[in-house]
Amino acid sequence: MQALYGQLLVGLINGSFYALLSLGLAVIFGMLNIINFAHGALYMMGAFAAYFLLQYGGLNYWWALLLAPLIVGAFGMLLERTLLRWLQGLDPLYGLLLTFGLALVIQGIFQNYFGSSGMPYAMPAELRGGVNLGFMYLPIYRGWVVIVSLVICLATWFLIERTRLGAYLRAATENPTLVRAFGINVPMMITLTYGLGVGLAALAGVLSAPINQVGPLMGADLIIVVFAVVVIGGMGSIMGSIITGFSLGVIEGLTKYFYPEASNTVVFVLMVLVLLVKPTGLTGRAS
Amino acid sequence: MVEAAGAPVLDVKGLQAWYGESHILHGMDFHVRQGEVVTLLGRNGAGKSTTLKSIMGIIGKRRGSVMFEGKETIRMSSDRIARLGVAFCPEERGIFASLDVKENLLLPPTIRSGGMPVDRIFDLFPNIRERLTSQGTKLSGGEQQMLAIARILRTGARFLMLDEPTEGLAPVIIQQIGRTISRLKAEGFTILLVEQNFRFAAGLADRFYVVEHGKVIDTFASAELEASMQKLHQYLGV
Repeated sequence: MQALYGQLLVGLINGSFYALLSLGLAVIFGMLNIINFAHGALYMMGAFAAYFLLQYGGLNYWWALLLAPLIVGAFGMLLERTLLRWLQGLDPLYGLLLTFGLALVIQGIFQNYFGSSGMPYAMPAELRGGVNLGFMYLPIYRGWVVIVSLVICLATWFLIERTRLGAYLRAATENPTLVRAFGINVPMMITLTYGLGVGLAALAGVLSAPINQVGPLMGADLIIVVFAVVVIGGMGSIMGSIITGFSLGVIEGLTKYFYPEASNTVVFVLMVLVLLVKPTGLTGRAS
Repeated sequence: MVEAAGAPVLDVKGLQAWYGESHILHGMDFHVRQGEVVTLLGRNGAGKSTTLKSIMGIIGKRRGSVMFEGKETIRMSSDRIARLGVAFCPEERGIFASLDVKENLLLPPTIRSGGMPVDRIFDLFPNIRERLTSQGTKLSGGEQQMLAIARILRTGARFLMLDEPTEGLAPVIIQQIGRTISRLKAEGFTILLVEQNFRFAAGLADRFYVVEHGKVIDTFASAELEASMQKLHQYLGV
């Protein structure tokens, strides 16, 4: 039983990262109509930002949690202003190719300076250790990751679905021309939206730094699974991407317990099944 | 022809506009004065809606001059034009499906003080108050039209452009929208109206411009309406 709970926890943690990343992808796709293949590289930059802040700035994990999303988010906004903006109105395929190229360039630069192997990032002292829940042992940091990502995901959902700013965002997703004709600076909103999506990826990067090693390819491996998650959930829905992210992490964890051989492929098998039955994804709308 | 004194709120000169490669407006000239209701008449495809979109700055390419309250807007982006006090109610109404009625109503940001309070808007459009939590596009066509007008009254803009507000609506709804426009005029709103429904416009407008092939080909005041009927029938083919 201990092992089952253990795998469930690992599943929940992976699900936390899937949810944060696929949420960012959904937000970006909704507003920019771009499938952001650079998402994994930006996640990696978040982890590196935390590493740099500690190494060269003497700023600890808590500062990184705040600053890394802002720094990498600002870098994302620069990318949007200088590169992605030119693809407006074109087929999403162009955005996919451009961001895929960006991902390779960013990863290449980091690999050039830091090699392929990862560097350790110390777990903050406050979150070390664990608690015995009676039925299982819970490392505090892992519980922390699940809670933080749940809170951030729900806050993002609230921002988009329940606030005035979110109403602008939803309206601009539907009809940007008219929203602009009401006096709202839609190009600025697009830039900020991309910044938000990228910031979420960077936050996931900081959260993962103490668990996984900080390395140039950490995003490349993860992003493939995240895209499968996005395909299963459907691109359109915010809540859909959160729920799908967490559930697929858990499904992966369960598979690891019951049939470990399939644990690496179960997400892709599900993706194929969903594509066969409902090509727009479980919560997606046909465009 | 007697017109209200004072400088025009909107002064359009030699306005040309293109949709991609196709040249739609070939030099529109007209103006709207403070407190007037002015109607653009013309057949389908004459360029009436394109004129409103060009004033709003949401058309691909435009040239000429559009002065709003003395400011040249031809090179401005549409969000800046809106912030000068130009409010637009598009032909397709543009109610957002992902927003409920209340969110649709509150969507356009306030651009200056003196906008209509929400309570007054509910007085004008009682149906909207009943449906605040419905999804925007679940409303009937008439209710959607009212919502599309209602939401631009809140912003403080005093110049309204309404594109075919009666299109596809039942006669009783059309009457209600007509009464609303009269009330707005009485409250000092300046209105530029595009209408196919000549009978509807005849009862509301102070002046008319007839548009054909992207140009103004004739103009007359409401007092001249009787005398101009023959000509009008010819222009509009009604």
